[in-house]
Amino acid sequence: MNNRTGSVVFTNVKKQFGSFTAIHDLSLDIEPGTLVTLLGPSGCGKTTTLRMLAGLEHPTSGRILIGGKDVTMLPANERDVSMVFQSYALFPHMSVLENVAYGLESSGMKKSEARQRAEEGLTQVGLAGYGQRLPAELSGGQQQRVAVARALVLEPQVLLLDEPLSNLDARLRRRVRTEIRELQQRLGFTAVYVTHDQEEALAVSDRIIVMQDGVIAQQGSPRELYEAPASSFIADFIGEANVVPCEVLGNDGTEAIIRVARLEHRVPARSARPGPARIAVRPNAITLEAAEEAAFPGSIRHAAYLGDHVEYEVETEAGTLFVVDPAIDRNLAPATNVSIGFHHRGIAIINN
Amino acid sequence: MERSDRRLNIALGIGLAGLVLVPWYRIEAGFYGLSWLKNFPTGSAEAPGILQAFEFGRWNLALIALIFAVAIAARFLRVSALRSNLLIAAGGAGILFLVWQGLAIGYTGWSWTINETLFGPLADGQPSMGAGAGLTALALVLFFAFGLAERGVLRGDAFVVASITLLVFLVAIFVFYPVGSMFVGAFQSFDGSFDPSGFVRNIQDPSIWSLDCLVGGNRCGIAWRTFFLAVLTASGSTILGLCFALVATRTRFPFKKGLRLLTILPIITPPFVIGLALILLFGRAGVVTQQISHIFGVEPGRWLYGLTGIWIAQVLSFTPISFLVLIGVVEGVSPSMEEASQTLRADRWRTFWRISLPLMKPGLANAFLIGFIESMADFGNPLVLGGSHGVLSTEIFFAVVGSQNDPSRAAVLAIILLVFTLSAFLAQRLWLAGKSFATVTGKADSGAHIALPRSLSIGVHAIVIPWALFTLVVYGMILVGGFVRTWGLDNTLTFEHYQRAFSFAFENGAIAWTGVAWNSFWTTMEIALISAPLTAAVGLLTAYLIVRQRFFGRSVFEFALMMSFAIPGTVIGISYVMAYNLPPLEMTGTALILIACFVFRNMPVGVRGGVAAMSQLDKSLDEASLTLRATSFRTIRKVILPLLRPAIVAALVYSFVRAITSISAVIFLVSAQYNMATSYIVGLVENGEYGVAVAYSSMLIVVMIVIITGFQLLVGERRLRRENRVATAFVPAAVPQEKATP
Ligand SMILES: Nc1ncnc2c1ncn2[C@@H]1O[C@H](COP(=O)(O)OP(=O)(O)O)[C@@H](O)[C@H]1O
Ligand SMILES: [Mg+2]
Repeated sequence: MNNRTGSVVFTNVKKQFGSFTAIHDLSLDIEPGTLVTLLGPSGCGKTTTLRMLAGLEHPTSGRILIGGKDVTMLPANERDVSMVFQSYALFPHMSVLENVAYGLESSGMKKSEARQRAEEGLTQVGLAGYGQRLPAELSGGQQQRVAVARALVLEPQVLLLDEPLSNLDARLRRRVRTEIRELQQRLGFTAVYVTHDQEEALAVSDRIIVMQDGVIAQQGSPRELYEAPASSFIADFIGEANVVPCEVLGNDGTEAIIRVARLEHRVPARSARPGPARIAVRPNAITLEAAEEAAFPGSIRHAAYLGDHVEYEVETEAGTLFVVDPAIDRNLAPATNVSIGFHHRGIAIINN
Repeated sequence: MERSDRRLNIALGIGLAGLVLVPWYRIEAGFYGLSWLKNFPTGSAEAPGILQAFEFGRWNLALIALIFAVAIAARFLRVSALRSNLLIAAGGAGILFLVWQGLAIGYTGWSWTINETLFGPLADGQPSMGAGAGLTALALVLFFAFGLAERGVLRGDAFVVASITLLVFLVAIFVFYPVGSMFVGAFQSFDGSFDPSGFVRNIQDPSIWSLDCLVGGNRCGIAWRTFFLAVLTASGSTILGLCFALVATRTRFPFKKGLRLLTILPIITPPFVIGLALILLFGRAGVVTQQISHIFGVEPGRWLYGLTGIWIAQVLSFTPISFLVLIGVVEGVSPSMEEASQTLRADRWRTFWRISLPLMKPGLANAFLIGFIESMADFGNPLVLGGSHGVLSTEIFFAVVGSQNDPSRAAVLAIILLVFTLSAFLAQRLWLAGKSFATVTGKADSGAHIALPRSLSIGVHAIVIPWALFTLVVYGMILVGGFVRTWGLDNTLTFEHYQRAFSFAFENGAIAWTGVAWNSFWTTMEIALISAPLTAAVGLLTAYLIVRQRFFGRSVFEFALMMSFAIPGTVIGISYVMAYNLPPLEMTGTALILIACFVFRNMPVGVRGGVAAMSQLDKSLDEASLTLRATSFRTIRKVILPLLRPAIVAALVYSFVRAITSISAVIFLVSAQYNMATSYIVGLVENGEYGVAVAYSSMLIVVMIVIITGFQLLVGERRLRRENRVATAFVPAAVPQEKATP
């Protein structure tokens, strides 16, 4: 239904609220037909970025291009984007069909045609036959789909979604995010998706842009971010990670040898230079063996049994490590001395 | 065509119409009479602006036409910084010049001598601005706004920018210009030249400022008397209001619903009606006076006519308002505070004095200030009861209409009155702001309010019950009074007064309205019906701008609007008379001036109601509409207004009712052609025709009750038809609360 999918470019965009700078010098480039996530902790400026794209805020300086056209000064209602709001913002006094047809009628389409297109849009999201209900008569998940349909029937160059799942319960979230992703891939539109949930971001995105305090901390594919975090912030934010100081002993171009305590280990090189450095170690990349003597010794401080795995906090000379161990039968008691090892995967050298 | 071009075309169309299609100047016989068509466009009085400029050699209009041409040229540029700057410059300069030339060139030439010395004498003056000037001004304001919008101001939203600019322009013309004229008027002599002597003489007048009542035993000056009266009225109505509120919320009083009905009374009661009823009770020929003199053989006294009488009437009038404010305050004290106090071994008495009452203090202060402002602004009761012992508001009136005819004195008195009320308003806004301990909605807190201590409970009942009965008697008087032939002298029942006021006959198949009241009654209805929707529209639009838009100077904008409500009606009346009697704007004696007065006086209430209702609407609803390609205008029409329906109804009802009941400003502005019910009734009172006056008043009250219930039913119906959570949330915000704070 959509073949006008567009790119998005921000060049040196800055946004101030009074004296407070919410966005510092943001530049980004989003390819047509991709789903890009803006990810970051609460207050980092994701919504502000999205709202500038929608035209609901205007940048203090910089330029915004949609589909190659400069829209920096264009008001929201003249931009070729549409948005799914966190609260859905369905008009409570209009039926579902009127809601979906609203944008089409605003653009000047004849009422009968708008209604028909709205019906089609509802069918797209699996809500055929719900048109005459009021939004309050739908479940949360259905309301969410109406909001998506309402945005999509306009065939925007870019679809914006601001934390679209945050009002759904945990079970529904997983299903709806899959639906959104499938819809996006089927129809091939460009989507900018805001979330603070890293798992959600990993699950749906072609690319992830991680923001921190109004600047981009890192961008890349989900896999790049997970496997090669650029900073300890990213490492900890995308999946949990233990950041451990280490010594880089050598680097042969593909692999580097590092040493933590007296334990030596091989990891992907990532242009590490010899000398002190840090590694990000995923909680499930750490092995524990009960042992009195070890190259990298530790002592169990706390253990929590969680059904399919056990979580440990382990005291070591490199700090407290958080470990996820699938071997539930072993259940190491607190104060047990252990020897710590690393799996091959799940460790990344942090360059800065 | 781009939206930016389309809207500019509209503005250009309006401006061209203003310059070419209608007379530039005011038509003496009235624009809507269309008599001007006969001599249009060549008559010197009827010519449009473009001919006035080039046929009749008015260089000032030629300059405006030139500025307009710049805007036309800009229209054909592509959207660019140059184009928007040209529009801003043309619009801004055009408006400024239009205003300047209007003020500077009067009927006979230059208004100020400084221009004469600078530019030399003018051959010809000019009359007041008319339709053409108005349309052109509108177009210039729009150019300015659209230029700003193209520059990206307010996210490029032309509707919002244009609304703000227009509102500021209108408020400047209809609030600040008249009040400013009044200040200027204080320093002018009759012919308009600068003459401070009147001001100096009046401001030092001992009859205004003397404090003899404190030291010498004589009467105090009028300013002080008004001030003391206001303090006493405010104290009385606050204390009574608190008692009523306590009874209504903290006791098991059986008639609480009835008490709450009291709060509607001040809205539907024309302000002098209480005074009128008091006269029927306690005046020289009043029922009570007659009975007492009959039984005890004392001579009927005139004690009612003076400050005592005014005070009683005002306390009766304003206690319901204070009650309404204080119900919220008393309910707002969190029950958990009181419960906490009780678990800390405090008894009910101690809890009330140490916890509940201190928590209500800011609310009490607020109620006091409201009572103070209302008393200061009250015109009807002092007019009916004051006689020669007037207060500032009536004295202002007599300074212009009476034999004195001293506009300078009126202006000085108005300034003094304004200073009093504005000080109280500022105290309310600045000092009390943020001091409220009460939770605004009273929600979320579980637990029940504790009952009053026994002795206190007895005390408040002892006050409330007699006063409520007294109020009932007073209102009963109003209803009964119209059916009694001559109070005190001949108490037989009769329809005579109603017949005199409202008789009609069928003649030749048509209804002939033969009653004396019909003329003013229909005028009142007409003016109220025209001004109510305008008031509601302007008020709600303003509310939308204040709640939903962040723009430079927003808080100043809001403050100025709210302040205009603290300007007493008498001051508005006198300033309208002073401002709109001479060029550049002449409106006295027209319906337009009454409508403008109502719209800008009652608008703040619409603003307040709209702000309250709109704050409950999720902002993302408007934003969703915007991202769905709707303009702000469409958003308001399709999304916001339908959700605000109850607030709209409340604003409509309120402004309608206020237009019917108000007297203070109106009495200055009525004319033979447009006489309003209230001023007509006051005339009847002055002639001693109490029977007809009371009959007419009760008729008005009944009409308003019918209208209010009608509207309430409509709102209720809507709620039944659609189970709409958003809508029902607003319903409690309907009529009564509106008068809560001035
Ligand atoms: N209208 C506003 N006025 C002032 N500050 C704002 C406004 N909108 C957002 N901010 C601030 O900008 C920062 C980024 O906000 P936002 O983009 O909403 O963050 P998030 O990443 O959680 O969506 C926050 O610190 C927020 O307080
Ligand atoms: Mg956010």
